[in-house]
Amino acid sequence: MLVDYIPVGIMIVFGVAFGLFMMKASEWFGPKNPNEIKQSIYESGMEPIRSARERMSIKYYMVAMLFIIFDIEVVFMYPWAVNFRQLGMFGLIEMFIFVAILMAGFVYVWKKGALKWD
Amino acid sequence: MNITELFAIAPIISITIVSLIVLLVEALVKRSEGLSYWISVVGLVVTAYFAIATLPLIGTAFNRMVTVGGFGSMFATLFSIAALLTIILSKDYLQKEHANFTEFYLLILFSTLGMMLMASAADLIVIFLGLELMSICLYVLAGFLRKKVLANEASLKYFLLGAFATGFLLYGIALLYGASGTTNISFIVQNSSTLSASPFFWIGLGLLLIGFAFKVGAVPFHMWVPDVYQGSPTTVSGFMATGAKAAAFAAFVLIFLHPQSENSEQVKTVLAVISAASMIVGNIIAISQSNIKRMLAYSSIAHAGYMLAGLAAGNQLGKTGILFYLVTYTFMNIGAFGILSLLEREEDKNLTFDDYAGLGFKRPFLAALMAIFMFSLAGIPPFAGFFGKYYVFVAAINANLTWLAILGVLMSVVSVYYYLRLTVLMYFKEGDMQIEGIISKTSLAVLTIAALIIIQLGVYPSSILNIINNLN
Repeated sequence: MLVDYIPVGIMIVFGVAFGLFMMKASEWFGPKNPNEIKQSIYESGMEPIRSARERMSIKYYMVAMLFIIFDIEVVFMYPWAVNFRQLGMFGLIEMFIFVAILMAGFVYVWKKGALKWD
Repeated sequence: MNITELFAIAPIISITIVSLIVLLVEALVKRSEGLSYWISVVGLVVTAYFAIATLPLIGTAFNRMVTVGGFGSMFATLFSIAALLTIILSKDYLQKEHANFTEFYLLILFSTLGMMLMASAADLIVIFLGLELMSICLYVLAGFLRKKVLANEASLKYFLLGAFATGFLLYGIALLYGASGTTNISFIVQNSSTLSASPFFWIGLGLLLIGFAFKVGAVPFHMWVPDVYQGSPTTVSGFMATGAKAAAFAAFVLIFLHPQSENSEQVKTVLAVISAASMIVGNIIAISQSNIKRMLAYSSIAHAGYMLAGLAAGNQLGKTGILFYLVTYTFMNIGAFGILSLLEREEDKNLTFDDYAGLGFKRPFLAALMAIFMFSLAGIPPFAGFFGKYYVFVAAINANLTWLAILGVLMSVVSVYYYLRLTVLMYFKEGDMQIEGIISKTSLAVLTIAALIIIQLGVYPSSILNIINNLN
């Protein structure tokens, strides 16, 4: 059974080796005349002013996190909506419980002021 | 679905509702700590009641997603009691550390829910869900004293390593699904002899084992334990060492311990080696610790080793032994961490061995309780810790793992050194521990009850053994 995977293995080995070879080959064979402008981060465009690694306000993370949570909620609703007729009353009650639990979290987030930007 | 199924998972539903109530109380009521403390206490008592009431049920519910009654209910009882003790002991501690927020109780409740899901899972996905719910709450709880550097370190370390270990677990589940075509645990267990022809089955099982071994803190995956236990709030360390460990062991038992179909030689050997390594490393490094929290962390690694010996044995006695061990270990470890939390003062004062010198003269009652917990952890009869070790090691001998049992007994002798060192310091040395402030009667009462339960289980172990043996 493992024999079936030999082509995949060869493909992986060949892919990695080829990639590495091409990277090294351009380094070995290409001409090199570095100067200050070529070495700078952006050759064209804006002058870099300071480090790109800045501390972001925690608000961005909060919004991103909350977005993902409620986004996933909607994702769960799609399969339920598609199968609504088969699931019937059971599915409806189940969905109400699911949304109620999420709403409890939403009330918490809201009252704690996580949705306020200032 | 029908009403009987809902009743069958009553403990899980009950704790979910309690958690949601506490969540809403925190959102809608100002200064809600006192109120939510009482809601949590009452809610956990109710949950424990439901867990005991569902003990006699058998079978599965919700399309073979959760098992009902028996094993899961016993663990649900244990988790609710552990959470209850932790919450009661935490109240004073949190006030002392100026961190008495409702979120603490909330996170303890949610992680207890995760533990219950893990212990009553009939499907690998439910185990994963429970494990994540439990772990994410514990990551936050580890860093709950957020102004402390050590707490931040503990939280980050636990989170990064824990997320990594969860990755292993999930890959294991994926490969087991690939090999068997299902995530149903009982199907995989029943067909393990045919499935074992596939290499994916073995890789999946191995990855699953890594994930759980990380959560119980067994040896090649134990590096996080001392740092996390040291940095976390003391009562939370106790909760992690008992509740989280018991939940991981419950999942371990669900997948790896089936007395009717003996484990294969390979699984047995791997578990025995992990067990031996945990006993050796945990006990020997614990000797050289000067901080009691770190000592208890290493000792919890060693205890995971003892319990893994029962798992490696893989027979009925091993299963009984692990369950009995977990019950007793919960009480003695929460007790030991509880006393630490009572005596601890701000900026990590009163946490070293030397601080405890002379405690026996100043606080005779507290020192006596601590001595009981230490004797029980060391496994000295008549305390319950002895019988836990006894059953686990006998199980190992019955399964032809005599070397493991001998090693376990030798390592228990090593452990006596550091447990008794604390007792000797408390009673035979003068010291100048500063204990200003009062120690609340409630905490003392809870610790006394824990100590009494340990003595009761040690003198009369059959009281709980009957329940364990009648589980299905």
